[in-house]
Amino acid sequence: MTFTGWLTIALFAIILTALALPLGRYMANVFTGERVFLSPVLGGPERFLYRVMAIDPRREQDWKAYAKSLLLFSLAGWLLLYLILRTQNAPWVPHALNPLGYHSASWNVTFNTVSSFLTNTNWQYYGGETTMTYLSQMAGLTVQNFVSAGVGIVVAAALIRGIVGRTGKGIGNFWQDIVRVVLYILLPIAIVGALVLASQGVIANFSDYLTVHTITGLTQKIAMGPVASQEAIKELGTNGGGFFNTNSAHPFENPNGFTNFFEMLLVLVIPAALIFAYGRMAGNRRQGYAIYGVVMFMFLGAVAVAYIAEAHGSPAQHAAGLHTGVIHGSGGGNMEGKEQRFGIASSALFDVITTVTSCGAVNSAIESFTGIGGAVPFANLSASEVIFGGVGTGLYSILLYVLLAVFIGGLMVGRTPEWLGKKLEAREIKLAGLGILITPLAALFCTALATASNAGRKSISEAALSKAGGNTPQGFSETFYAYLSQANNNGSAFAGYTGYIQPNAGNLGAHGVTFADILGGLDMVFARYAPILFALAVAGALAGKRVTPAGLGTMRTDNPTFAILLIGVIVLVGALTFFPALLLGPIVQGLTTHLY
Amino acid sequence: MKRDIVTAVLSMIVFTILLGLVYPLVITGVSQVAFPGAANGSQVKVNGRVVGSKLIGQSFATPVVENGKVKEVEGEVQTTPDPRYFQTRPSATEGGADNAAASTFSNKGPNSVKTKEADEENIKAYLELNKPYDPGLTVAKIPVDAVNSSASGLDPEISPANAWIQAHRIAAVRHLSLATVNALIARHTSGRGLGFSGEEGVNVLELNLALDRLTGAKS
Repeated sequence: MTFTGWLTIALFAIILTALALPLGRYMANVFTGERVFLSPVLGGPERFLYRVMAIDPRREQDWKAYAKSLLLFSLAGWLLLYLILRTQNAPWVPHALNPLGYHSASWNVTFNTVSSFLTNTNWQYYGGETTMTYLSQMAGLTVQNFVSAGVGIVVAAALIRGIVGRTGKGIGNFWQDIVRVVLYILLPIAIVGALVLASQGVIANFSDYLTVHTITGLTQKIAMGPVASQEAIKELGTNGGGFFNTNSAHPFENPNGFTNFFEMLLVLVIPAALIFAYGRMAGNRRQGYAIYGVVMFMFLGAVAVAYIAEAHGSPAQHAAGLHTGVIHGSGGGNMEGKEQRFGIASSALFDVITTVTSCGAVNSAIESFTGIGGAVPFANLSASEVIFGGVGTGLYSILLYVLLAVFIGGLMVGRTPEWLGKKLEAREIKLAGLGILITPLAALFCTALATASNAGRKSISEAALSKAGGNTPQGFSETFYAYLSQANNNGSAFAGYTGYIQPNAGNLGAHGVTFADILGGLDMVFARYAPILFALAVAGALAGKRVTPAGLGTMRTDNPTFAILLIGVIVLVGALTFFPALLLGPIVQGLTTHLY
Repeated sequence: MKRDIVTAVLSMIVFTILLGLVYPLVITGVSQVAFPGAANGSQVKVNGRVVGSKLIGQSFATPVVENGKVKEVEGEVQTTPDPRYFQTRPSATEGGADNAAASTFSNKGPNSVKTKEADEENIKAYLELNKPYDPGLTVAKIPVDAVNSSASGLDPEISPANAWIQAHRIAAVRHLSLATVNALIARHTSGRGLGFSGEEGVNVLELNLALDRLTGAKS
């Protein structure tokens, strides 16, 4: 560990907060339909979009109508993306957008990929530069990078409206929300972000793959493409699906220490700002600060554990005789699967950021993290993406936890639980409980199925099997992580786990592992839309409830006592659900220096 | 309901045009004009010929020739490190090291015998290459980046400590003083982003090209 390592972590937390505060104010204004500084520029395009999309923005929707619109929008997106990916080598695709003549991936892999990008998961069984055409990356995947993020954000906005709304059953208009979120929030930041990245070396072209002749007489073929535009929204929308197979570890996605820091800010800025937006919309900014304190505390704890563990090095390195401490001119640590320009601290920080949010982009190989370092992303996923969480998903998920904590607090002091002046009753508690437990249920069910079946075991990488070919803690970790990550719509991976066998680039002769593709696809879709429906139902149940002024006996939700209670609830639910499974994988590896 | 279906279809089409065509074309177009070097892959040219990308690691190795033919195993050209050049980090890309058309993680686990064996193999190769010129070199003195595979398999940089060890070999083979080589390393060491983010690293391609400019490629 180094001083600059800890400094990076501290500065990140400070700069993030400084950026998220004004963005939160801006986003709250966008959600409530107030004028913002971009209104003069974007008002025209906004009205134009309403017209061509046949949207009546004044029509207020109750939660059922809102959910119906959301589901129809998602279904249309699913079908269109499937069509685009399956016709990527159609004769009408110009050569410049498919320079290598890539065929489509098989139906099962495409099913998984489409479900993945639609649900903001961006789990990838394929390698970008060996599978996807430029057209698929742009018109297919980039579009879902925007709108799947938008869907998460609008659900959060709708839930806030339900919580604080005082009139009627309406929670907003889905179509208006999605247009405004894309136009006023995602697109402007993505444009700035993409150009900053392009200036640093993230490529942006439609060239053929470049063939170079090196000074020692070898040839090297270098993948090209329109990366910058996709890279920015990949981070900003907490999507995480890399243009290239190795994601943000690839120098063309993340060329230097500055871009790494910049990308980390892009990932977390909207989830952080949403918490402040919630406080503003609730009419009490301290509500936001309390939640922000909770997630920042848990976040920094996770970063510290990961950094210490990775800086210590791995049992395999020590067994080979390597010295993993800091020496003059080298940061040491577990550098297997990490890039020199990032080093240990920035890799550990990126790893935690990407797994507390539903981003899933990686700048280092999570599978090669040490046992404890690898247990950190597991723990983050086990907390169901509430520590900041994905754009929108994080906020609506933690608000369900807040509801649960208010209920438990109410039981402890023996009063009817109230939240922001609204009485919580059996219906809301049941809905919130289901919304919280449905994701772990999906993850554990799929993991059990995949571990117990021969079809599931085919996906475990050869490197994770013992010499005799048996399953190992690493093999179990791969499986567990795969379905946990997909259920949480995260998309990061113990990347040895495979669902696509691609003997050579171009997809000819390649085939999917149907079991892993389909189970994963269903895992993602179910664990995305079920919680969304529960969150919207909670919004509907709370909308229009009478607000009673806070009295002396009201339990406050904006002070440290409540923050501690909230942490306790999150940790308890996560630990009770996942601890047995975590013991079998990463923790056992962290506790032993035994090699297998 | 019917109106919602119409809007769902229309909105996806319009979003696809706006976000999937207009947005990437504008970003790519502006980048091509404003940052042509970066947008096209930071290509490095020598005498007008592209020899690589500044950002993409490559092998500084020569093909193994057996019986007058380049040796291939399972379609991969077999190479041996060229001692006149600084060597990049181990790479686990598919289809041979430093394959920039198919980046790949090694995905080796922390408690795996296979990881230990891969480390040992890399340590052996590193010692064979460098110990003759740096007799004090032991396993414990090898910086980890020199023997652990990088994430992308295309890491363009090595740690300064790794470069300083290799400098002994370069100085001897190229008949330069160690001080000259170390000065060159210092010149091609990039600092941390914003002064704190990430680690210092030495760009191997630029360093090797600087060496060639100093002594000629055929020394």
